[in-house]
Amino acid sequence: MPAEQPQEAAAPVEVQAEGEGEGKPKPKAKKEEDAPPRKNGLIETEYAKRGAHLDVQINPDQVVSAAEFLDGEGMTLEMVTGVDWIKENQFEVIYDYSYTGGQLLRVVVRARVDRNKPDIATVCHIFGGANWHERETWELLGINFVGHPQLEHFLLPEDADFFPLRKDFKP
Amino acid sequence: MSSLAQSQLRETFELNIGPQHPATHGVLRIKVVMDGEYIVRAEPILGYIHRMHEKMGENRTWNQFWPNMGRLDYLSAIAYNHCYACLVERAMGIEVPERAEYIRVITAELNRIQSHLLGFGAYIMDLGGFTPLMYAMDEREQILDLLESVTGSRLTYCYFRFGGVYNDIDDDFITGTRAFIKRFRPQIPMYHKLVTGNVILMDRLNGVGPISADLCRKYGATGPVLRGSGVNFDVRRNEPYGVYPELDFDIPVYHECDSMARYMVRMDEMVQSCRIIENALNKLPEGPVMAEKVPKALKPPKGDFHFAVEAARGTFSMRTVSDGTNTSYRMRLRSPTYSNVSLFEEASRGMLLSDALAFLGSLDPVIPEMDR
Repeated sequence: MPAEQPQEAAAPVEVQAEGEGEGKPKPKAKKEEDAPPRKNGLIETEYAKRGAHLDVQINPDQVVSAAEFLDGEGMTLEMVTGVDWIKENQFEVIYDYSYTGGQLLRVVVRARVDRNKPDIATVCHIFGGANWHERETWELLGINFVGHPQLEHFLLPEDADFFPLRKDFKP
Repeated sequence: MSSLAQSQLRETFELNIGPQHPATHGVLRIKVVMDGEYIVRAEPILGYIHRMHEKMGENRTWNQFWPNMGRLDYLSAIAYNHCYACLVERAMGIEVPERAEYIRVITAELNRIQSHLLGFGAYIMDLGGFTPLMYAMDEREQILDLLESVTGSRLTYCYFRFGGVYNDIDDDFITGTRAFIKRFRPQIPMYHKLVTGNVILMDRLNGVGPISADLCRKYGATGPVLRGSGVNFDVRRNEPYGVYPELDFDIPVYHECDSMARYMVRMDEMVQSCRIIENALNKLPEGPVMAEKVPKALKPPKGDFHFAVEAARGTFSMRTVSDGTNTSYRMRLRSPTYSNVSLFEEASRGMLLSDALAFLGSLDPVIPEMDR
């Protein structure tokens, strides 16, 4: 499969995402620190600088269809990362996909969820490897992967009642 | 799955393998539901040596995080050094002198041979053969001495720096490495005669633990596990970093998908690593080993950065989210055996217990790297 193919094909997901954010007014960014949370859509990325060929932010309810689509393209889910954006009151979930069947292609799919209600659909019925990654992300950040078969403690002790990677975590 | 394992009438029982068990190569616990000798469900339980390296990455400055990189996979720590160095160099746009790039590759490949040697010896020991471990340890000790002379530590290397390496290699190291390779090359055919051709070993590995290429893809398995399933993927070739594009080497690929294939990939990789090292030593340029003007207090620009390397066990990649300060906002470590072992549950269903241990050994897990 040529490297361009998934890039082009990934475009519908991105267009769809952009369409959702279109109706909202554009908030003014005064200073860089006060910048509003990043809007959905294609994020400009340069492989040599960032290490990803395609970087796209989508709605949380689109992660499953994105995973299904990339699975159909023969891509691998390499890791799932959670980031706590406490100032913006959001969690970001980053899915790193890569294509290992030929010329390498790295696709980053990210979605932001509300920090007070951090629910996002699981993709582990599509990629079995997501099971452990999502479980770890839940355990360390408290992002709830809806539909995950086993959201139990994994790396931390069984009785841990804290989320150590949250920015407001006090040891 | 065997008919016995499928039977609903038979009673099952639970068995704990580990956390202290020689076949798990560390403190990994596997909770197994057994039906006689057959596995119904095997669930790996992690976290016995979890140290929260990712949180440490958020609390320490970029330079202070260096020692952590030696403590993930204590058997191929140089590859982890390599990833972290390249990640921050990518973020900061630091150019590395060519000599340093060559030294990085030479030490990383020596480290890979060392890791595969221990993997080989320990794996055969799991299967009941003690002698090969002694041979492997003998060779491995020489690599450890060589690396100790240049890095200053035996296993938990903290040798690379942003912009180069901390210490130049000397003539003793170069002659020592050449002498080692000269001595080591004929050893591998000897291992094959001694071990690989052994009927008992062939019976225990051939056809055991089949993993299809698609299962590898679904679980994100990489490294010798993936290449033993017939997928020709190696970060050194497919996403080249350092000076790998300038060096001659082949990627060993086996299509049998069983434990023997994974074992053979590792054995062949040692030969290829010897080739890389010789090639790199021949091409080693003169010059500095550290970039000039690397700031002491690093502040990479805002945003996400990702870098992947081929460690001895597969793709090790790091994703860091920088907020422009002197610490990382989020440091994500993707360790290869974490993904490789995650397929154990699915692949071991219906397997004989003794086969499952042979299969687990062929994944070559290193626990500190899984637990992080």
